[in-house]
Amino acid sequence: MRLLNAERIKLLSTRSTWWCALLAVALPVLFALFYASQAGDFLTLNVGTTQSGYQFGLVLVMVLATVSITSEHRFGTIRGTYQAVPSRVPVLLAKAVLLAVLAGLIGELAAFGSLAMAHLVQPEVDLAVNTATEWREVAGVGLVYAVAAVLALAVGELLRQTAGAVALLLGYVLLAESAVREIPGVGEQVARWLPFFASRVFLGSAEGEDATVSAPYGPWAGLGLFAGTTLVLLALAAVVARRRDA
Amino acid sequence: MIEVVGLGKRYGRTTAVRDLSFTVRPGRVTGFLGPNGAGKSTTMRMILGLDRPSSGHALIDGTPYRELRHPLRKVGALLDARWVHPNRSARDHLRWLARTNRLPPGRVDEVLDQVGLTAVARKRAGGFSLGMAQRLGIASALLGDPEVLLFDEPVNGLDPEGIAWIRGLMRGLARQGRTVFVSSHLLSEMSQTADELIVIGQGKLISQSTVSEFVAAATEHTVRVRSPQVERLQKALVHKGATVEQDGATLVVGGLSSAEIGELAAAHGVVLHELNPQRGSLEEAYMRLTAGAVEFGTS
Repeated sequence: MRLLNAERIKLLSTRSTWWCALLAVALPVLFALFYASQAGDFLTLNVGTTQSGYQFGLVLVMVLATVSITSEHRFGTIRGTYQAVPSRVPVLLAKAVLLAVLAGLIGELAAFGSLAMAHLVQPEVDLAVNTATEWREVAGVGLVYAVAAVLALAVGELLRQTAGAVALLLGYVLLAESAVREIPGVGEQVARWLPFFASRVFLGSAEGEDATVSAPYGPWAGLGLFAGTTLVLLALAAVVARRRDA
Repeated sequence: MIEVVGLGKRYGRTTAVRDLSFTVRPGRVTGFLGPNGAGKSTTMRMILGLDRPSSGHALIDGTPYRELRHPLRKVGALLDARWVHPNRSARDHLRWLARTNRLPPGRVDEVLDQVGLTAVARKRAGGFSLGMAQRLGIASALLGDPEVLLFDEPVNGLDPEGIAWIRGLMRGLARQGRTVFVSSHLLSEMSQTADELIVIGQGKLISQSTVSEFVAAATEHTVRVRSPQVERLQKALVHKGATVEQDGATLVVGGLSSAEIGELAAAHGVVLHELNPQRGSLEEAYMRLTAGAVEFGTS
């Protein structure tokens, strides 16, 4: 608890956190506004498609999480942190818990904000969240943000460098996973097991991508795959943090 | 008390610290002296559990740093004053540190007051001058009211007023019975603050002694003597147990004062053309001691 408190003070006492959090909520909601206003014959508006802008928030949440650890390395505060907590791993875990909670909160605000925005723009379209699938499509955004934040934290700790870690993460999320699909032969086989594809399976937003790449697992297994990858990376980051010279 | 036993650190092929052993005792200021690159900071980082030693270990009152339960209550350290987030306020910086070791929140305002930063406590640390950053670093070191304090080059880049303040602070902390370990690459600085000196060069221990012992040993003076009867004088001097180096008509004599040499010359009827005491400066002595132990030497 003391470490969670300490990390909370650290995270919320810098402006970059607040900017990232604000944008991570605002961009998906703005996208929902744009999407709903364009919806009609060509763009179908339903509960699922109100969340089309969730990736903007996802990217910002990952930047926020990465910077929370790389800035400690950049400015040397990590030495102060490790002097105070020499066993190191609890620091990483406290950061992970805190970031997961904050990212989850941002995700729910963005998701329900997007839904509300779409409803405001097109009040005549039925956007009531009724089925379990619809709940997953909306409320699930918070879960995906939470896991993605921990994944970004792990990568940030492994690389210790803001530019490198952010470039790697964004390049991976936005380019690499879809590029894998283009590898002749095995590409599509591999692509369906990749973590961010799995997260889209969970959110139900993977279906539209490419009919040939369908997941041989269900939505919750998709979240499990995403979270599993994240835990492996976090464990790796913990081992490295313990061994490395600060 | 800090005990360093056989401590070593290698980075690939370069050895930063080798087989270093010394003890830093409470109730006095112990200077950690060595040229730049001698391994002072690396040693301090290993004492604080930040870097893993390649060999040996360091103990704080018998316990490795990494096993201390609330380390900030036992050991305070200022390694680099710039290790703060530039967009975080001084007060927030100390608040999170205090939380990690369950220190009472009131302690933050106490140390801010102690180092004279109360007025700027809520300002961004990134806007601080070096002197202010140094004070913030000292505030973080004092936060847990620790018995053991480490300062790495604390006066670097400070104005005379700041230097005087830090010297006074360190002496005060030692008077309270705390263990104070301060590194510097300047002997003149150490001779004014420290009671005891640990001197290292190229990662190796050169000496551990009190400052006065070090100064006495280091500045042991010689006398330059010129005489037309240099042979006779030399014999007499060696007979008296002095060390003598000859260079033509000039002798450099160690172990006797100029008065003793003059009287000896008179007793033997030797004419003197010059009798000149050579007092080596502290800095020269230090240079001589660490010569060949300088990592980035110019020669």
